[in-house]
Amino acid sequence: MSRHTLSVLVENVPGVLSRVSGLFSRRSFNIESLAVGPTEHPEISRMTIVVSVEEQPLEQVTKQLNKLINVIKIVELEPESSVQRELLLVKVRADASVRSQVLETVQLFRAKVVDASPEALTIEATGDTDKLDALLRMLEPYGVREMVQSGMVAIGRGARSITATAVR
Amino acid sequence: MTSANTRQNPAPEASPGQRPKPAPPHGAPVRATGAQSLVRSLEAVGCEVVFGIPGGTILPTYDPLLDSTKVRHVLVRHEQAAGHAATGYAQATGKTGVCMATSGPGATNLVTALADAHMDSVPLVAITGQQSTGQIGTDAFQEADICGITLPVTKHNFLVTDPDEIPRTVAEAFYIASSGRPGPVVVDVPKDVQQLVTSFSWPPEQRLPGYRPVGKPHGKQVREAARLMASAQRPVLYVGGGVVKAEAAEELTKLAERTGIPVVTTLMARGVFPDTHPLHLGMPGMHGTVAAVAAMQRSDLLLALGTRFDDRVTGRLSDFAPEAKVVHADIDPAEISKNRVADVPIVGDCKEVLAELVDAVDTAEAEHGAPDLAPWWNQLGDWRDRFPLGYDWPSDGTLSPEYVIERIGALAGPEAVYTAGVGQHQMWAAQFIGYQRPRSWLNSGGLGTMGYAVPAAMGAKAGAPGRQVWAIDGDGCFQMTNQELATCAIEQLPIKVAVINNGNLGMVRQWQNLFYAERYSHSDLGTHNHRIPDFALLADALGGVGMRCEAASDVDSVIERAMAVDDRPVVIDFVVGKDAQVWPMVASGTGNDEIMAARGIRPLFDDEG
Repeated sequence: MSRHTLSVLVENVPGVLSRVSGLFSRRSFNIESLAVGPTEHPEISRMTIVVSVEEQPLEQVTKQLNKLINVIKIVELEPESSVQRELLLVKVRADASVRSQVLETVQLFRAKVVDASPEALTIEATGDTDKLDALLRMLEPYGVREMVQSGMVAIGRGARSITATAVR
Repeated sequence: MTSANTRQNPAPEASPGQRPKPAPPHGAPVRATGAQSLVRSLEAVGCEVVFGIPGGTILPTYDPLLDSTKVRHVLVRHEQAAGHAATGYAQATGKTGVCMATSGPGATNLVTALADAHMDSVPLVAITGQQSTGQIGTDAFQEADICGITLPVTKHNFLVTDPDEIPRTVAEAFYIASSGRPGPVVVDVPKDVQQLVTSFSWPPEQRLPGYRPVGKPHGKQVREAARLMASAQRPVLYVGGGVVKAEAAEELTKLAERTGIPVVTTLMARGVFPDTHPLHLGMPGMHGTVAAVAAMQRSDLLLALGTRFDDRVTGRLSDFAPEAKVVHADIDPAEISKNRVADVPIVGDCKEVLAELVDAVDTAEAEHGAPDLAPWWNQLGDWRDRFPLGYDWPSDGTLSPEYVIERIGALAGPEAVYTAGVGQHQMWAAQFIGYQRPRSWLNSGGLGTMGYAVPAAMGAKAGAPGRQVWAIDGDGCFQMTNQELATCAIEQLPIKVAVINNGNLGMVRQWQNLFYAERYSHSDLGTHNHRIPDFALLADALGGVGMRCEAASDVDSVIERAMAVDDRPVVIDFVVGKDAQVWPMVASGTGNDEIMAARGIRPLFDDEG
């Protein structure tokens, strides 16, 4: 199975998220990550969906998605021709004895500290999945008290826009 | 014997297959309540009949409905029947069926019918009442999230929160339901939205940026299909319900006759190609003819048109038509290569695909020459001669269900409309009635909804009042929806119901006989042993005419008596033997090569032995 990143332009109407997510579960496709947000057009929202499937089921799920009336356009974004990012917030145990080492790791990953207390630091990092995994591996020995991670968002490289042709 | 045709009273009917495109009465906006706007929108979109039941949250709409001269309302006895009636209406006429229900239980009672229409691609619009917008989400009385509930079983659904949006939503609902691959659409309208004052104008502007059904096939793909046809030695036209929906019977006949390629028609396509046509091999699938199943298994080219390689047709998928290349034409791109990978995919309306194929075949044959199908037809003819459809009379002297159904088909004739429930009687009705025209055979193919026959017949009769409409039903199915006989009696919809009463859930019993060591667990309904209910008395009680037939010698006369009644519904209780089985059969989960013409007879295995 291979990972695929789908950018799905949908009408910004109530219920569209449950239509899309319901379709995945109904047809037994697993969503690895899903992120939804506005676009430069107020009437269009954009979903970034990461799925792990073979080529043939991917074609099927894309076709089924296209059948949803509120789905306007689907584009698969290849890793090499797109920028793919996730956001991580992680609260790491960091008292005075280890704080400088934790801060060094933060710098190494070009992450930043967004909150601090005597016992812990909260770190914000963005990057692709590999980078965030690596950061977490480095932080784990100090003790991860809590973490939260966004779904992936992605955009194609170059000047072309997938939303430009979707609006008429 | 009386010919059925002489008894027919063919009334003028609108030509089928008009794909409604909302346009008619233009006009400046007028003040109206949401409810008035809804009824006027239904009128404007061409809705002639609504099947429904009023209740709390849809009452505002029922008020202006009383005054409508264009929309007939048929008050049914259960909302499920409203849905199936709308389906029967749609399948018999090609127009979009409409049903209406209140919120909560009214709406949830529609769910089975919506799922049924979804599986069989029937154009349907369901209007449901909803709790007022301020109360949605509070678990108010008779509140159900019908949009959420019907999400997986509709083509689309709408919750209308602004009365100004009613005309546009209705127009879009009808357009979505009837275009592309047809399907059911729910329009859920909160009570306060029906009561608010708005303005009505028609036609509204439609906004469906994500909906672009494809009609015209790709020329290159059509040429490639024709090229394969010109070289195939053992081609088969595998024809499904999409050809009925595309109104492409004429084009299909033209292509078949032009090429001499054999035709099989699936359960959803029965009638789209005449059963009497020499190129017709019958129905494929689990209970298809040996010739149809064998032709597909040995084929080198399947031309699949408006069909979806359903498991009831393919049997075990890995064993299905192993040597065949596949040309798959369908209006729904998601069906192509879903179950079986297509060598030549064609996305398009079957009417256009077939028309273009006829031309493309001329070109391809000019270039590559025409194939000689004589050896193939020798083989097909041999299967057809050796394994024709047939049945044995029960050894205990009881009435044969197959004979009863065969006689109904012979006496009522090809101009009648036939509906069926689900089970043995459905398969026999598909096998032993000779269909000659599309939209004469209505059944629940995909969902397999027991209880479909009576309400669907009621809807078909409303849509085609000049035709005789026969519901071929089972005693199990009939007990699920027979309350609609009262509707038929009161609303002047004189349908005929033939209850093929074998006292049992017949198909369940057949499987228990074959696969569960003859242990008949809870499949005896007692309709034989106790005669509960007495179907003839039940028919009388519900305002119809009840008849009973238990002997072969009475079959024709009772059918003729039923056909003579034209002011009330008729129910004939045909008491038939309980041990008759549907053959041929491909057992569930096995490959089609293992088709049994009768118990223990496997023609394709024997051939290779």
